Amino acid sequence: MGAIFRREVRSYFTSPIGYIFIAAFFAYAGLMFSSDSLNSGYAKMDSMFSSLLTILIVLIPILTMRTISEEKRTRTDQCLLTAPVSLGGIVTGKFLAAFLVYTAAVSITAVMAVVVSIYGEPDWNVIVGNIVALLLLGGAFIAIGIFCSSFTESQVVAAVISFIVLIAVSFLSTIGGLLPALDEGHWYTKVIEGIRTALEKISFGERYIEFTYGIFNFSNVIFFISAVAAFLFLTVRVLEKRRWS
Amino acid sequence: MIEVINLSKHYGDKKAVNNISFKAEDGEVLGFLGPNGAGKSTTMNILTGYISCTAGKALIDGIDILEDPVKAKKNIGYLPEIPPLYLDMTVKEYLYFIYDLKKCKLPKISHLQDICSLVKIDHVYDRLIKNLSKGYKQRVGLAQALVGNPKVLILDEPTVGLDPKQIIEIRTLIRKLGKNHTVILSSHILSEVQAVCDRIVVINEGRVVANDTEENLSHKLTGDNKFICKIDGKKDSVMRLIQSIDGVDKVYCDAEHKNDICDYRIESFEGKEIRYELFNKMAQNGFTILELRSAEMNLEDIFLKLTMGEAIPALEESNNYEEAEN
Ligand SMILES: Nc1ncnc2c1ncn2[C@@H]1O[C@H](COP(=O)(O)OP(=O)(O)O)[C@@H](O)[C@H]1O
Ligand SMILES: [Mg+2]
Repeated sequence: MGAIFRREVRSYFTSPIGYIFIAAFFAYAGLMFSSDSLNSGYAKMDSMFSSLLTILIVLIPILTMRTISEEKRTRTDQCLLTAPVSLGGIVTGKFLAAFLVYTAAVSITAVMAVVVSIYGEPDWNVIVGNIVALLLLGGAFIAIGIFCSSFTESQVVAAVISFIVLIAVSFLSTIGGLLPALDEGHWYTKVIEGIRTALEKISFGERYIEFTYGIFNFSNVIFFISAVAAFLFLTVRVLEKRRWS
Repeated sequence: MIEVINLSKHYGDKKAVNNISFKAEDGEVLGFLGPNGAGKSTTMNILTGYISCTAGKALIDGIDILEDPVKAKKNIGYLPEIPPLYLDMTVKEYLYFIYDLKKCKLPKISHLQDICSLVKIDHVYDRLIKNLSKGYKQRVGLAQALVGNPKVLILDEPTVGLDPKQIIEIRTLIRKLGKNHTVILSSHILSEVQAVCDRIVVINEGRVVANDTEENLSHKLTGDNKFICKIDGKKDSVMRLIQSIDGVDKVYCDAEHKNDICDYRIESFEGKEIRYELFNKMAQNGFTILELRSAEMNLEDIFLKLTMGEAIPALEESNNYEEAEN
């Protein structure tokens, strides 16, 4: 796992991907920060944090698209899968490497918080909560991206699949909102209500936005950590399944 | 060291490997010979734990690769058909990575140094792998397999795509490695397994067609009742003369050259010596034998015969014959 982690981190920075990811994140966060917090002379960063959700949907697929697909395409997976390491170790190593690059990008928000504190009195609890939330959301997105990368040999296809899946999981509650609102009394009103609530419950976007309101809800923390574990586990299953096909 | 028992692998309806069994003893160089699509790579991928089998078992040093993969894989160095190289790394970075990946315990710098001088890649140690020639990439692939000094080396078509000089170097290297390792090597080139291997397993369409030492395999399939000769003389008369020799079963004219020179293939009945009479008859009629040799089958013929499905009766025949003799 350690070897894979180190190799992955290195490869993010010998290819342009690591730099592109960090630079794009910095640029977008900087833009949002200056328009929302600096220009308005506002000692809060919540609107910047909530708008970062959008850029993650675009950038995380770029970060994770090659994790497994590229290994398959170049057959280097033969070297990983025939080495005395477990599949779980391989997938975790890749996850941690992507997460490290992501953390490096997210660190800019801490710098911004310091800038804010020069001009005003930010609520540190909320800001720390937001940064933690951003890390959790990104972690879950990375796990999903790696999972999507395990289906194909093409980086581009992997990126597109992850993009679609990330949009879906982020806006599940919006999809729920599209369901027709019906009069009371029909037997299926309850069913549709149930579906709507369920979609809201598993909507990544909904749960993330809650943090930016300053609500630090532990069930949301648990939710994101479980999502990471679940998608990494599914990735292991996909790799295992392929061996048996 | 390696034991494969009734191994099968199906891809949907396709039986890529169909109930094969063989063994490789300690320190043996085993050649895995078969045409493209015979199931060589599939078998090797199963042996190394890259894919799983549909049925059967593969034991490495007594450990089932599916039951305890991590432990079994510690004993294996694998060079797949396409060397699994990270092109964006230098040779050094790559080998360091493999060293860490295999959780190797040997002293890092000296161990990797030894491997590099063995496969002669010291002078490209700091070059990016993507800039190396095919031959060097293959060697880096081999170096990768050697990291951790595994007891078993599994090499899938290690010389494919190399130039003749590189092929000879790699073969020499494999023979050298065979002294300290159990090696399984696959190939569709006969001269290669002939040159390198102690034992040969011939497979075709996922089945073992033959499994024996190289000498035995050749011996079993050749008789001393077939000859090739080149004779200077009128074809019809020569044919008639040969036919008239006591003990000759069949005679064919394989090729006609200029000036009445022809190549003939003569088959005699088992145990009949025809060469003296052939010589005398030709001499009496003023014909000259330019060449006379046993039609010793080389592995190429054996292989053709085996993979065309004719050889199994032939093998059995010769077995029965030997038994009858004993
Ligand atoms: N992943 C796969 N899916 C379906 N068929 C496969 C797959 N891999 C190999 N095969 C088939 O299995 C047979 C054996 O292939 P392989 O082991 O690569 O042969 P060899 O290495 O001897 O050339 C071939 O007919 C090939 O088409
Ligand atoms: Mg092959």
